[in-house]
Amino acid sequence: MQKTKLDPNKQSIWQKIHIDLPLLLGLLTLMGVGLFVIYSAGGQDWDLIKRQLIRLALALTVMLVVAQIPPLAYRRLSVHFYVVGILMLVAVLAIGTVGKGAQRWLDLGFMRFQPSEIMKLAVPMMMAWYISRFNLPPRLLHIVGGFLLLVVPTLLIAKQPDLGTSLLIASSGLFVLFLAGMSWKLIGSVAVLASAFAPVMWFFLMKDYQKQRVLTFLNPESDPLGSGYHIIQSKIAIGSGGFSGKGWLHGTQSQLEFLPERHTDFIFAVFSEEFGFTGILLLLVLYCFIIVRGMIIATRAQEAYSKLLAGSLTLTFFVYVFVNMGMVSGILPVVGVPLPLVSYGGTSMVTLLAGFGMLMAIGTQRRLLSR
Amino acid sequence: MPPKRITIRDHSAEANLFARRTVITLLGILGLLCVLISNLYYLQVTRFQDYQTRSNGNRIKVLPVAPNRGLIYDRNGELLAENRPSFSLEVIPEQVENLDNTLAELAELLNISSEDIEDFREELKSQRRFKPVALKTRLSHEDVAKFSAKQHRYPGVSVEARLTRHYPYGDTLTHMLGYVAKINKKDLQKLVEAGQEDNYAATYNIGKQGVEKFHEDRLHGQVGYQEVEVNNQGRIIRTLEFQPPIPGDDIVLNIDVKLQKVIQDLMAGYRGSVVVIDPNNGAVQALYSNPSYDPNLFVHGISSKDYRQLLQSPDRPLINRATQGQYPPASTVKPHLALLGLEEEVITPQTRMFDRGIYQLKNVERPWRDWKKWGHGWVDVTKSIEVSCDTFFYDLAYRLGIDRISDMMVKFGFGDYTGIDLYEESDGNMPSRGWKRAKHNQPWYIGDTISVGIGQSYWTTTPLQLAKSVTVLVNHGTRYVPQLLRGRYVDGQLQLNEPRELAPLVLKHPENWDVVMDAMYGTVNREHGTARKAFKDTKYISAGKTGTAQVISIAEGEEYDAEKIAEHHRDNAMYIGYAPYDNPQIVVTVAMENAGGGSSQAAPIARQVMDYFFTIHPLESHAENQVRSE
Repeated sequence: MQKTKLDPNKQSIWQKIHIDLPLLLGLLTLMGVGLFVIYSAGGQDWDLIKRQLIRLALALTVMLVVAQIPPLAYRRLSVHFYVVGILMLVAVLAIGTVGKGAQRWLDLGFMRFQPSEIMKLAVPMMMAWYISRFNLPPRLLHIVGGFLLLVVPTLLIAKQPDLGTSLLIASSGLFVLFLAGMSWKLIGSVAVLASAFAPVMWFFLMKDYQKQRVLTFLNPESDPLGSGYHIIQSKIAIGSGGFSGKGWLHGTQSQLEFLPERHTDFIFAVFSEEFGFTGILLLLVLYCFIIVRGMIIATRAQEAYSKLLAGSLTLTFFVYVFVNMGMVSGILPVVGVPLPLVSYGGTSMVTLLAGFGMLMAIGTQRRLLSR
Repeated sequence: MPPKRITIRDHSAEANLFARRTVITLLGILGLLCVLISNLYYLQVTRFQDYQTRSNGNRIKVLPVAPNRGLIYDRNGELLAENRPSFSLEVIPEQVENLDNTLAELAELLNISSEDIEDFREELKSQRRFKPVALKTRLSHEDVAKFSAKQHRYPGVSVEARLTRHYPYGDTLTHMLGYVAKINKKDLQKLVEAGQEDNYAATYNIGKQGVEKFHEDRLHGQVGYQEVEVNNQGRIIRTLEFQPPIPGDDIVLNIDVKLQKVIQDLMAGYRGSVVVIDPNNGAVQALYSNPSYDPNLFVHGISSKDYRQLLQSPDRPLINRATQGQYPPASTVKPHLALLGLEEEVITPQTRMFDRGIYQLKNVERPWRDWKKWGHGWVDVTKSIEVSCDTFFYDLAYRLGIDRISDMMVKFGFGDYTGIDLYEESDGNMPSRGWKRAKHNQPWYIGDTISVGIGQSYWTTTPLQLAKSVTVLVNHGTRYVPQLLRGRYVDGQLQLNEPRELAPLVLKHPENWDVVMDAMYGTVNREHGTARKAFKDTKYISAGKTGTAQVISIAEGEEYDAEKIAEHHRDNAMYIGYAPYDNPQIVVTVAMENAGGGSSQAAPIARQVMDYFFTIHPLESHAENQVRSE
């Protein structure tokens, strides 16, 4: 390690192709776990596995490509990215395609595309760019500016409505501010403001189905066959898994289809049922490994922009994991967030791995920067 | 666009700040993970049992499995009641989303009548949860195919193959064999009271009449259980455990269905009944009531039109006349009365009287007439039985008094249930002073006693009772309970039932049995015997007694219909008999409503029954010779 640092000519093959090996291994392991669980949850459907494999291959390719781009280029492109993203979000609200009760897609003729996915990357990039222009810690004025940059896409996405994504995007921006050293006093006031804002959200911004989700979250047994069904069946699946689980392919809640959304948002319940508490701990170790690795990359980055971007991406990844596990196990309301790297499907996989590509770029190309 | 007031960035300070914040976030992550993990620990470890139970509750259902009903055979191994597979359309209402629409669509698809739908809805009310209810039974193969093609559209509806009862002999055995039909509310209540509810959890039909009802416990068997795994649609994925049901006993009856069939043919066109009993053990070999009906109608639910027809028919086919028909025994009980007279020494075998066709009591204006206007002349007890002299028995009854008659006749089984293994039985009536006081609040008149002497007055009996009394005579006092059940199969081996014997009727003067038996022999075989013509040239020797009863009523509790008097005014024809005389194998009683005289109508039928019996049970030659040589 020391040698590598000292002698640029002796860097490993992985560094030459800008791949962070530990991170890659962590990601691949989780993907592998995901394939096993999808196979079980999807009723042993090989087609499902094939499609997921294609998706994973595509996402990994994107990651590889993204990792080759120098962080400086990202920094330069941050504003363009952000502006294009905002424009597309507006376009979605104006002319987007409606699916599943929400207006999230832009139909480009040859493919459908969710602009909110771009924002998952564009927002932390833009925030990191904006904040890193000033000396850290940021002053109040800059923080207000950062908030403005954050609020616009968050509200646009919340309006689609896509509460899960807007939550992730908001937190990615907030992480930038926090990591940049936003003062605790300010953090406290924002928290107070936010809690004051909650009733306003409830009465003016949230749709009925979202309110219903929250109510169901607070008391799922009030409607065990209706809106509470998901979460009740999910808790039964998790709880009945016990300490060591029912075994792969032997989860009755999933195999007998009592559990809804088995291979997508609720895949964690399938995992918990079949692999039990021990399995969960191992899974969390894997996730923690990736997060710690991401944070190491962030702290090692030599430049504020890279630090903030890497930190934000990593922490948002954790939010992903936490929100999904929390909602499936009943400590958070059900918002549509998949379990990253494990759940079947989604454009989100591509975005996620593009983010990891950036992390790798930051982790492996720091020597190109001058102090 | 570079920032304007830029100071020199302190990179190491920024890095430190960032590192501090990183540590804080990592600590925050750790905290959140603790929350997550402790919740998962709570779910998976603390409350594991709880959730495991709920998970199993989701997937495991315990389904009762109906036992196969025992088969019923006749004494010769003929199958009288069998189980046949049939398809029925069944609905689990809890699994149907929109019952009204589903019913309407199925009605159209499979041509289900609105009556069936109404019955179905009626039945829904009484069914327990998640028990399938039959919407249409006896589906044709075409119906099955039609439904199967569209089954996916109707969750909770399925075609089920199950075994249903079938009676291959149809109306030949109805009253005796009975039938099974759907368990109704009343049956269910009785099952609950008997603690049998669980045993019938998967059973659809229950014995409603006859042997099927009386021997229900034997025939039904023990319910089994199937523990199955179901998916969220309620579809069975696999069987986890199977505790097989224990089938009901296969039972054998004393009935000879061929004999029964012969009797049915003989009785065509009459209202009446024939009973054949083996006096040696009380085995009931035939028990037929005419008119009859097809019991198979009831198994699948009789249509209300058919049922109304049966219920309203003036011939009352639903009654088992052999055990429920109550008739005055008329002259058929003269042997019994004669025996009592001899036993009480009111008369002797030598006692003679002159019958001039009329019997008159001192101080009573009204005379009692003999059936023969000019009388029978000099008669003793034997001749009185042979020619059925009424006057002799008027006098005998007068001298015995009702108390002694009543006491003795009860010992023959009159006025009481015979104890046959059927629930459909009447007890008849053996009148007494106490009975008349209780029933009519009137004193017993001497005139009542005199009518009792010829088996009339308030005396009523069922044909089976009469047959049982004859077995007592034939057995010289040994008394058997008439039994339909002959035995049951245990592991393929027939285990016979022991005959049920009651305390015997013991006479002080046992020789009196023979006097009476001889008189019955004379009735059939001597010159003036009332049954001589009917039994001319038989290959066996029988004995018997004819009876012709004035009609009072058919069955207790039946309304007397004034308009029907004309039709139903004719006498009932009765006959009791047994054969062979010296070694009796069968006792036969015939009761025919409004058919006329016992000797002209009933005796010929009894003869043909015996003729048939002895063609299939040829007498051993030595027994025959013995009879001839006597």
